[in-house]
Amino acid sequence: MSVTEAVSSPAGTDARRKAPRLARGRGARRRHSVVLNIVMTVMLLYALLPLFWLVVNSTKTQSALFSTFGLWFGGKFALWSNIHQVFTYDNGIFARWFGNTVLYVVVGAGGATVLATLAGYGMAKFDFPGKRAVFAVVLGAVAVPGTALAVPTFLLFSNLHLTNTPWAVILPSLVSPLGFYLIWVYAAEAVPTEILEAARIDGAGEFRTFFVISSRLLTPGMVTVLLFTVVATWNNYFLPLIMLSDPRWYPLTVGLNNWNMQAATAGGQVVYNLVITGSLLTVIPIMAAFLYLQRYWRSGLAAGSVKA
Amino acid sequence: MSLNPAVAAGAQAARGWQTRGRRNGQARRRRARGRRSWAGWGFVGPFIAVFAFALIVPIGYAIYLSLYRQQLIGGNAFVGIDNYKTALSDPQFWASLRRVLLFLVVQVPIMTVLALLAALALDSARLRWTPLYRLSIFLPYAVPAVVASLMWGFIYGSQFGLVARLRSFFGGHFPDPLSSNWALTAIGNVVTWEFVGYNMLILYSALQAVPRELYEAAEIDGATQLGIIRWIKLPALRVAIVVSLIFSVIGSLQLFNEPNILNQLAPDAIPKTFTPNMYAYNLSFAGQEYNYSAAIAIVMGIVTVIIAAAVQWYGRRRAA
Repeated sequence: MSVTEAVSSPAGTDARRKAPRLARGRGARRRHSVVLNIVMTVMLLYALLPLFWLVVNSTKTQSALFSTFGLWFGGKFALWSNIHQVFTYDNGIFARWFGNTVLYVVVGAGGATVLATLAGYGMAKFDFPGKRAVFAVVLGAVAVPGTALAVPTFLLFSNLHLTNTPWAVILPSLVSPLGFYLIWVYAAEAVPTEILEAARIDGAGEFRTFFVISSRLLTPGMVTVLLFTVVATWNNYFLPLIMLSDPRWYPLTVGLNNWNMQAATAGGQVVYNLVITGSLLTVIPIMAAFLYLQRYWRSGLAAGSVKA
Repeated sequence: MSLNPAVAAGAQAARGWQTRGRRNGQARRRRARGRRSWAGWGFVGPFIAVFAFALIVPIGYAIYLSLYRQQLIGGNAFVGIDNYKTALSDPQFWASLRRVLLFLVVQVPIMTVLALLAALALDSARLRWTPLYRLSIFLPYAVPAVVASLMWGFIYGSQFGLVARLRSFFGGHFPDPLSSNWALTAIGNVVTWEFVGYNMLILYSALQAVPRELYEAAEIDGATQLGIIRWIKLPALRVAIVVSLIFSVIGSLQLFNEPNILNQLAPDAIPKTFTPNMYAYNLSFAGQEYNYSAAIAIVMGIVTVIIAAAVQWYGRRRAA
């Protein structure tokens, strides 16, 4: 919330205090609108229906998937046996994919957040030779679409013998230009230059000042960036698809799609029930994190749109 | 992703430096220069190092690759812009580019209008459970594109899909989403499902920043709710709409995950050359034509930059 409120708090809180008085005065005009509620309920159903479908169908056996109605439970309740199968199929490779995904998220998203925070802070609070060049280079490179670069990046990494290692997925994930920008904007507001000057006069080194004082002031911005990068790395598909051919390094997304492709390959075992239950297990952790932390996320977006 | 915000931030930063330089005299500037030190590099350096390795070097490498051709005899030969000439006269590339442009022209406006309506509804204070709507509609953004495409693919599918049920109910008069006529629509639906909430949130955050007094003043002056939307809310949303449009434009031109996964369900309707990104990917990994693939990547990069810049320019011009 912090930036939104920092930017708009006087107006915002005032208005909220005034609103009830106005509602009383105007009577029916402030009532709930039936039409708007219906329209939004339709959108809500659109958003939730496929997720409901996922939950329902993860309780079905392979045969019940084909024989029962898709939007309601049917056949034997097989959720637990499906989960058991997901974790034991193919020597328990799903657990390995889960672990890989966690590794990529912790190191990739965590590292990206740290790098973006340091760099955004440096841009906001220091004047240094080459600052304009840094800005121009970052801006110029961001304008070139990332996925278009995936193939050249693969060839480059292949020459460096980095493909088929976790580094091939982690290294590109470490760069978050959006995070760099958000922290730059955020640090300019959240860290008063006077504090830094006081710390300098007291003889504190720049890094000590950063870790003791500035990093605390930057925490809400860092959480926002962390959320962006966590969702991006958890959901990453194109990059690992290109970089990895060894299933032992797959993240969940690539692994799940491989299970799905088995049905199309000659002699491959059809495991739709595992694809569906595995999808559910892939979605649950990221959604839990997302729902828990989304309030920070909103303020980060607000910071971007207010500033932009 | 962050093309537009970065532009704005840069413009702001640049403006800041200029005015500071001009407004304050020699003394201040001398002091500023005294403080100007290499310390900042300690903070920016690590990011720039990884950035250079993961983004700058691949761009350079892609340009280098695109100027060469692997030959059976003689190895790697410099061919200048031949690969680009080939790309511009390649009917498969043009077909895939036309397809994503059509997607862009149809899906992006529909999704943006839906997101705008939802954001205005959330902001209207006329809903019973605003947080419930906001969270639920935003939720699909957290679902990986792979899972979203698999789910919708199953729903579309003929074997145990819901659409198959609908079709038998309507006696076959309901269109098959995985036929070649409807494939683009089917993909558009998946993408809309994934991103409408994200765009809604960008617009909603911008609306929240509008001082409420403006609405009250307008109401006292006798403005209707529609008038307030037309004359206060929409102008306040202009920058946010441009930001969300640019995200969507870049996303459309780079379309890959959804069609690539649906390709397994409908290989005829959604071939491996369906979008430019899929084409480039398959040129490299199925055809080993790395040099030509790099040229297509660069062409798509240039097309994206031009269209994103045009959207931004149009947004700016409307403001003036």
